[in-house]
Amino acid sequence: MAKGPTIELVAVTKRYGEVLAVDNIGLRIPAGSYCCLLGPSGCGKTTTLRMIAGHEEASDGDIILGDKNITDLPPAARGTAMMFQSYALFPHLDCIDNVAFSLKMRGIDKETRQARALKLLERLQMESHAKRLPAQLSGGQQQRVALARALITDPQVLLLDEPLSALDPFLRVKMREELKALQTRLGISFIHVTHSQDEAMALADLVVVMNQGRIEQAAPPREVFNRPASAFVARFIGGHNVIPAAVARAKGSGAFVAIRADLITIQPGPAPVDATSLSGVTRSVEYLGATVQVGIDVAGLEPLSAIVPESRFDANPVAPGQPVVLSWMPKDVHVLGRE
Amino acid sequence: MKPTRNWIPYLQVAPLGLVFLTFLVIPIATIVVVSFFDYNTTEIIPAFLRQNYEELLASPVTWETYLQTVEFAVITWLLTFPIGFTLAYFLAFHVRSAAWQTVLFLVCTIPFWTSNVIRMISWIPFLGRNGLANMTLMKLGLIHHPLEFLLYSNFSVVLVYVHLYTLFMVVPIFNSMMRIDRSLLEAAYDAGASGWQTLTNVILPLCKPGIAIGSIFVVTIVMGDFVTVRMMSGGLSASVALMMANAMSLLQYPAAAANAVVLLILVLITVGLMMRVVDIRKEL
Repeated sequence: MAKGPTIELVAVTKRYGEVLAVDNIGLRIPAGSYCCLLGPSGCGKTTTLRMIAGHEEASDGDIILGDKNITDLPPAARGTAMMFQSYALFPHLDCIDNVAFSLKMRGIDKETRQARALKLLERLQMESHAKRLPAQLSGGQQQRVALARALITDPQVLLLDEPLSALDPFLRVKMREELKALQTRLGISFIHVTHSQDEAMALADLVVVMNQGRIEQAAPPREVFNRPASAFVARFIGGHNVIPAAVARAKGSGAFVAIRADLITIQPGPAPVDATSLSGVTRSVEYLGATVQVGIDVAGLEPLSAIVPESRFDANPVAPGQPVVLSWMPKDVHVLGRE
Repeated sequence: MKPTRNWIPYLQVAPLGLVFLTFLVIPIATIVVVSFFDYNTTEIIPAFLRQNYEELLASPVTWETYLQTVEFAVITWLLTFPIGFTLAYFLAFHVRSAAWQTVLFLVCTIPFWTSNVIRMISWIPFLGRNGLANMTLMKLGLIHHPLEFLLYSNFSVVLVYVHLYTLFMVVPIFNSMMRIDRSLLEAAYDAGASGWQTLTNVILPLCKPGIAIGSIFVVTIVMGDFVTVRMMSGGLSASVALMMANAMSLLQYPAAAANAVVLLILVLITVGLMMRVVDIRKEL
């Protein structure tokens, strides 16, 4: 159930002096979608989020929310709310006052604002901690309070800056589920900055892969994984082998092709090589439970890998240092449009 | 556990304990003991009399002097707090580069390179009847007679207090401000807080420990001061410490000691009240 407006970035640019942090990006985020901005550090994803939030001024371009140009509005007038990376809870205020903070700033009386804050804390199962200070809460609890504080103004878009990075891995997966459930329930758009491809894959309706201030690809996760737009995306998203098109003898316009690691078959020992196979040496064998990841060095190529189901690996095991032949089906070769 | 091990912790705290004993407990205990002694013009006679306290508390001069001292402390606090807070705010939030922060902070401490007394005296040629201030105002035609209240008055005493002690307010408040996570200010901005609302709802509460420490510095220094009052009031004003200095110059040590004990109790109560308002331990 989609509520609220779409967000559009039109030719948005951010310059810091000579440095171009965000380079002329265009993006349309449909109403009620979970959008992940994904990329390595310094790719401009956080700057983009902060420009949408109004904490960073766009040097050029427009940010449009619904039918309103919000480029020059202050954060509180935009209909967005931001959840900060380390939550930025006010250490001197208890949970209920933290959540009610923006209502207090609007001059809403104490009784009304505390009642609304308590209701929101109840929705996030935090009502029993209402009178605690942030320092007395665990990381996950702090995150819920920060979420409640961001949601109290009924924002049309929630902006999350690496919301899960402060949590331990176990809690991260749990809070990830909660975030997705919350977004589905609220029906508003979430824009979530992350450098973890797992997080983006698990959460997003729309994954925006960024690199060096530009958008490499903006698409649903399945499309990003199955049809990466560039060699950068294929490498960053993981689970792909990027091979020069000439080596794979692929037809098409691109210089590189990507082949999913789980669609590669391996055979021990030297063997004749044809159009859909390569010969190399096993570099590493990692047991991952259901699958085994085999690292392979092929002369002149970047390190390759094959992900093989456990049973198939056991039928034909290889050990590090052993020669190996990799092969694939022609239909699994994805020609990359760009470097 | 071996019994000998019990000694070790005591041994470890012994050096600090000795320092406190020698420089804090013994002197104060001596003052308390002497405050009950008898005295005449030539000697101090060991005794246990309440007379010193009775005479002190019965005299209207004592009450006036205490009132005057508290008044100085309150007025000085009322001036040093806003000035110190504003300075610290400017240094912490408006000066962006760490290098400039350090430079400006050092500039604040430059006056401390000279002695208190010299900084005090340097006001005299400025404030005097034929001083710089009066001459300038008369030349500008703003006044026709020299302003008498500028020097040797409560005005000049408070002026010098503010000049000398504002930095004691700046340093702890600046320290508190530097500890405030800048993302909190962004979070406040995100929640729609205006600059003033951020100041009163976020910065001020988070600076409370620094404000308390600065206030304790200023209030205790002013309450124990006698040099400034003597120099800047020209003998027209009094303070409790000045009263003690006068008693000591007449060799009335027990009377001075009794006064010191009363002042100490007053200062302790003041500090105690401040600590009740703010939990300073968070800062330390």
